[in-house]
Amino acid sequence: MAFADTGPATASPAQRNWKAACLALALTAAFALPVRAENPSAQEAPKPAPIPIPTAQPLGVNIKILYVKENRSKELPLSLLDQPNPDDGIAGAKLGIADNNTTGRFLNQTFTMDVLEGDIDELIKGATEKLAGGDSFIIADVEPDSLLKLSDALAGKPAQIFNVGNPDDRLREEDCRPNVMHTAPTRTMLADALTQYLVWKRWPNWLLVVGPSPKDQLLADAYRRSAKKFGAKIVEERQFKIDTGNRRADGGYEQIQQQIPQFMQGAKDHDVVLVVDEDEVFADYFPYRTWVPRPIVGSAGLVPSSWHPALELWGGTQFQNRFKKLSGRIMRPIDYDAWVATRAVGEAASRKQTSDFKTLHDYMHSPNFDVAAFKGVATSFRAWNGQFRQPLLVSTPKHLVSVSPQQGFLHQFSVLDTLGIDKPETKCKAYTQ
Amino acid sequence: MSRFAQPLPVFVAAAAMTSFGATAANAYTAYITNEKDNSLSVIDTDKLEVTKTVKIGQRPRGIVMSKDGKWVIVCTSDDNDVKVYDAKTLEFVKSLPSGPDPELLTLHPDGKRLYIANEDDNLVTVVDIETSKVLTEIPVGVEPEGMGMSPDGKVLVNTSETTNMAHFIDTENHKTFDNVLVDSRPRVAMFNSAQTQLWVSSEVGGTVAVINPADRKLITKINFEIPGVEKEAIQPVGIRITKDGKFAFIALGPANRVAVVDTATFKVLKYILVGQRVWQMYFTPDDKLLLTTNGASNDVTVIDVANQKAIKSIKVGRYPWGVVVSPD
Repeated sequence: MAFADTGPATASPAQRNWKAACLALALTAAFALPVRAENPSAQEAPKPAPIPIPTAQPLGVNIKILYVKENRSKELPLSLLDQPNPDDGIAGAKLGIADNNTTGRFLNQTFTMDVLEGDIDELIKGATEKLAGGDSFIIADVEPDSLLKLSDALAGKPAQIFNVGNPDDRLREEDCRPNVMHTAPTRTMLADALTQYLVWKRWPNWLLVVGPSPKDQLLADAYRRSAKKFGAKIVEERQFKIDTGNRRADGGYEQIQQQIPQFMQGAKDHDVVLVVDEDEVFADYFPYRTWVPRPIVGSAGLVPSSWHPALELWGGTQFQNRFKKLSGRIMRPIDYDAWVATRAVGEAASRKQTSDFKTLHDYMHSPNFDVAAFKGVATSFRAWNGQFRQPLLVSTPKHLVSVSPQQGFLHQFSVLDTLGIDKPETKCKAYTQ
Repeated sequence: MSRFAQPLPVFVAAAAMTSFGATAANAYTAYITNEKDNSLSVIDTDKLEVTKTVKIGQRPRGIVMSKDGKWVIVCTSDDNDVKVYDAKTLEFVKSLPSGPDPELLTLHPDGKRLYIANEDDNLVTVVDIETSKVLTEIPVGVEPEGMGMSPDGKVLVNTSETTNMAHFIDTENHKTFDNVLVDSRPRVAMFNSAQTQLWVSSEVGGTVAVINPADRKLITKINFEIPGVEKEAIQPVGIRITKDGKFAFIALGPANRVAVVDTATFKVLKYILVGQRVWQMYFTPDDKLLLTTNGASNDVTVIDVANQKAIKSIKVGRYPWGVVVSPD
């Protein structure tokens, strides 16, 4: 279980200066003291031994990955900047394939990817055929129920599915499947990442605004759970039911400018407005339009995510550049989640130097497996439900603000498990068998 | 929390000062690149203080000196080149072509060939520092970083951060002749003087691999455990090995410590507390002092090598990254 540690995290600047002063004093004193014997390590360096240069090559193997994407009709997000790309997710997997091939070149391993798009029945049919041809690793960007359908259809076959499209906790818990791993973060992970930051910031009083979709209800539940877990308080809750209409109309702002302040009038005192709008259809109307001036967090303003197109930490710049070069656009969270899935397969293949499904599958599920995923620490899969364990970003639309877990949140095994549903709470049974 | 343990050991270091070699050691000059400040800090290793700070190119990181000590050569990553400065006057001499986003570099013992890791292009670029010409480009793994030159100059080892390999490159024909998998995100490769060991640090894996260069087999893998420091914070980066080959010093990043390892038993003898997020290190030519760059605390820690103690912390610019010390 996670809990907040309230003690100081580092020595204060005053302490440091004082230490430095003491050291300087001690140093001055030391120079006045008698000379010590010559440093033993300053001896002559030994003569270098020759290195023989061989020419042998390892045996070649090919590993196939299948990407399935379900056709869905979704309401378009508000901002022109957020409009979906036809290759969302797919481009991330392609970069993963390219990275795997760069590595594979030295091990005589090649990676290829097939992409299938269609409705879920077509995808299941296609995946079953491809599976017979060796596409054992399947990245799935499909609806939650479709994911279950796909995994059940492939049950018992040598297939490993990676869920990149769904944050639903139930897919990792009561509805978990042994042949599915999840690189997309869950709603509870995302909520915990933001909550830890708000608690660290000492902004614990939230006004919760929840959208009308069933997904919004699930996300609101995740935030309620998170508030309880880390000691934040939802001072008031409001359901946002205004039909704001089409995302685009000439003009359009005049009415929003009236509607949002009115909706926000007379709220109890709060530190932040937590707007829950998973489909991004109204949250962006909130910043700068509230009744009292308060920051917006959640689905607009300060947002938790697995990836941000401006992240440059931990070698992120090179990663972003490679993506941009390959796809001609910026990297979105689903691209990252798909890249992680592809890289996990590549990492397993290069460590085990084989394309044997069972060997790779078992290794990815073992506690020895980890993959470097531009998050500064080793990332891996949770043994109890196959969820990708990773730090999450807390950012504004343009820049990173922080990375969770926050300093001071502790965990018995891995601080990364302070994000989301932890082992003692899991309802997943398929993984324990 | 790891940081609770910090203040104390420094006093121990101060108390142990009596044994620090107080011979009027040669006053070497250390050069520190400050990544965030676009500057270079110059430290007098006798006075142990900053004598000069100058503005240089954008995002300076890896740094080496020419064999004769006349030039300081810096990867200015955001300028996509390598810049040469006069070591005495710190005046700009020239730019060297490097390929995009150069990060680390190493100079061949011939004093001419400079090997540069281009993080963005999966290449190692070889440049003649006299003629400023690109001699060749060597394809390596994803995000090349660490550059370890064998003391006889015959083999270059490059590490690639996402591919997780140490690539062994023949410096005669510039071809890769072997690739050794190591733990996640290898950052630095370092040969011992005898060329019997190659040390490779894995930042995300949290380990250091010791490889036999003769057959490229793993000799051992070193793990680190520091009471009170969470496992994730132990991120080995910089490696330096004393000339006599007896001790390896490993910078452990956000664990804020430098580990001292016995190279015969591979046991960690000690963890020396230094500044925050320690990455790169460099010995003075007499192996008496080891300077570390501590990115998050904007300082350099000076370690007394014989006594394996931190003796001073010197404030430099913001996010100090690379360090090199003049040959005389």
